[in-house]
Amino acid sequence: MSKDKGKTKEKDTGTREQFEKRVTRLGLSDDNLIGLYRTMCTVRQFEYMADRLYAGGKVHGTMHLSAGQEAVAAGISLAVHPDDYLINHHRGHGHFIAKGADINLMMAEFLGKDTGYNRGRGGSMHIADFQSNNLGANGIVGGGIPQAVGVGLALQMQKRKEICICIFGDGAANEGVFHEAMNMVALWKLPVLYICENNKYGMSMDVERATAKLPIAQRADAYGIPWACVDGNDVVEVYDAMKIAAEHVRSGKGPYFVETITYRYFGHSKSDRNLYRSKEEIEDWKQNRDPIMRFTKHLLQSEILDEGRAQEIDGQAEQVILKAVEFAEASPEPDLSTLMEFVYA
Amino acid sequence: MPEISYLEAIRQALWQEMKRDERVFLLGEDIGRYGGAFGLTHDMLDEFGPERVRETPISEATIVATAIGASLLGMRPVAEIMFMDFVMLALDQIANQAAKMHFMFGGHTTVPIVIRMPGGSGAGAASQHSQSLESVLMHFPGLKVVNPSTPYDAKGLMLASLRDPNPVCFVEHKVLYKTKGEVPEGDYTIPIGVADIKRPGHDITVVANNIMVMKTLNVAEKLSKDGIEVEVIDPRTLLPLDTETIINSVAHTGRLLVVHEACLTGGWAGEVIACVVGSPAFDYIDSPVRRLGGKDIPIPYNRGLEKFAIPQEADIEQEIRALVEGKI
Repeated sequence: MSKDKGKTKEKDTGTREQFEKRVTRLGLSDDNLIGLYRTMCTVRQFEYMADRLYAGGKVHGTMHLSAGQEAVAAGISLAVHPDDYLINHHRGHGHFIAKGADINLMMAEFLGKDTGYNRGRGGSMHIADFQSNNLGANGIVGGGIPQAVGVGLALQMQKRKEICICIFGDGAANEGVFHEAMNMVALWKLPVLYICENNKYGMSMDVERATAKLPIAQRADAYGIPWACVDGNDVVEVYDAMKIAAEHVRSGKGPYFVETITYRYFGHSKSDRNLYRSKEEIEDWKQNRDPIMRFTKHLLQSEILDEGRAQEIDGQAEQVILKAVEFAEASPEPDLSTLMEFVYA
Repeated sequence: MPEISYLEAIRQALWQEMKRDERVFLLGEDIGRYGGAFGLTHDMLDEFGPERVRETPISEATIVATAIGASLLGMRPVAEIMFMDFVMLALDQIANQAAKMHFMFGGHTTVPIVIRMPGGSGAGAASQHSQSLESVLMHFPGLKVVNPSTPYDAKGLMLASLRDPNPVCFVEHKVLYKTKGEVPEGDYTIPIGVADIKRPGHDITVVANNIMVMKTLNVAEKLSKDGIEVEVIDPRTLLPLDTETIINSVAHTGRLLVVHEACLTGGWAGEVIACVVGSPAFDYIDSPVRRLGGKDIPIPYNRGLEKFAIPQEADIEQEIRALVEGKI
């Protein structure tokens, strides 16, 4: 894990020996590692299916896909507890899947069906599952950052052991509430783990053109919050950083801030023609820094998986997604007579 | 029955509910040792401690967001926005977040928060500390906008707001803080969304909120001596609005005037009038329906200018007389 402040350049995930040493140090079992691989495959299958469904005219609304960013979701999820609280933003499919969401209900929500997590009222951008402490994705960039202060405050007042994980993008870090929230969360030493998923672009705006000083995570210094900036396409490095951060937060020492450098393959949303970045850049990330490819290489090298088993797991992930599509397509639309429901409790 | 001020009535409701329900806590700027900018939370810090009377930095958006986040985990936060004008700093959290979460998340969560906000002019606080923005807040389905005019209503509506599962904007008025009235010491609630006929009459219906209720009642008393009987309706809640009580009243009096301090253009009087003229009460209307609002200007500082920026008793009297006497 890069604890060197300011260093953000991508790194090789290391030799076989380095990988195995690290995995041993972190106490990650083969099952853990295969689980990470499975999660990443499932997220990617979901996102590519979402894109296909959209291209096939089956999706009414918008979507924000996270293909390319799978290691962040998977790494966080293994490092925290299943009953920890999650607040995230519009590019949230991967976080939900990694947290163990019911993919049928996610897909149904994506297609606007009555069986979806939000009864078809929220869509891709607002999936929430209160039973599993997923407090919902926010469509206002940065809107959830200050709400995490309240979740952290309630956890502190109720003397509970869970923590709040709040995930947002590089664009959100330039909203005013980011600074209000960082100040208050540090002031009150609240159990909140803030994660900035820096995928290099806020819609079309390059993070380097939008941010006066990088890395974004160094802003935490101003509030006395410990931070790290890590390679978000190295799932073991993400896990390592999140483990340290989550333990710090859970021990009552206050918030922690982790920035993960990653990259999204699809455009910002359905209308994006990628005019602000080159095909070469996208291909470079896909060919040379893909999080699943890099991790698979290590799993094969260290003989945790063989080619056949790797393909089998990916195939199983695909099956899960296909079944979810089947479930969603067979589900009813919300009845028009229910339009006025849920305005007031 | 003891007579206490509007300010004390709200404080009593908060105090009693905090004694009854440990999930209720206050957060806001200067609400601790200072006792709040208007003194409403005086001595509450000593009674309930800094955890439940939680002073915050000057960060309105995050004050409201903190209330939202805590409410998702079962707390019952009461956020104070020192002046209603500062609501604009927190409007994303109020309008895009709190108002929509129950709906957007398919009914699977609620946001039981109360946001207190003193509005209104009359204190020489000039353009950025004197607005009446309740009409703005009425445009967001999912919010409730409560706006009491008397100490009795203030306590009962605050207790109801604290027990409501929805986000409630509790609009207070600075000038009303010192007004006194009878308030029961015990626990009682006034249902949200129910208007109150403050004075019955048969010649004209006047719908007014907060400080305009008091002014209209003074005018009604005076006009009664001239044989004009004014029915004064205080909606008490602006969202959801009790249109039924208003429509029934107009069907009975045949005339309607709506009075508010908020700027006329886009003010909630337009909403009331549209509801009435689109209802069967239209058949009973004998004269033009009118509205009297604050002038479409920012509130000025100078005492004289400030006073004349909003409707005065003489304006209300003139309007009523003109309508009842058929001069408009």
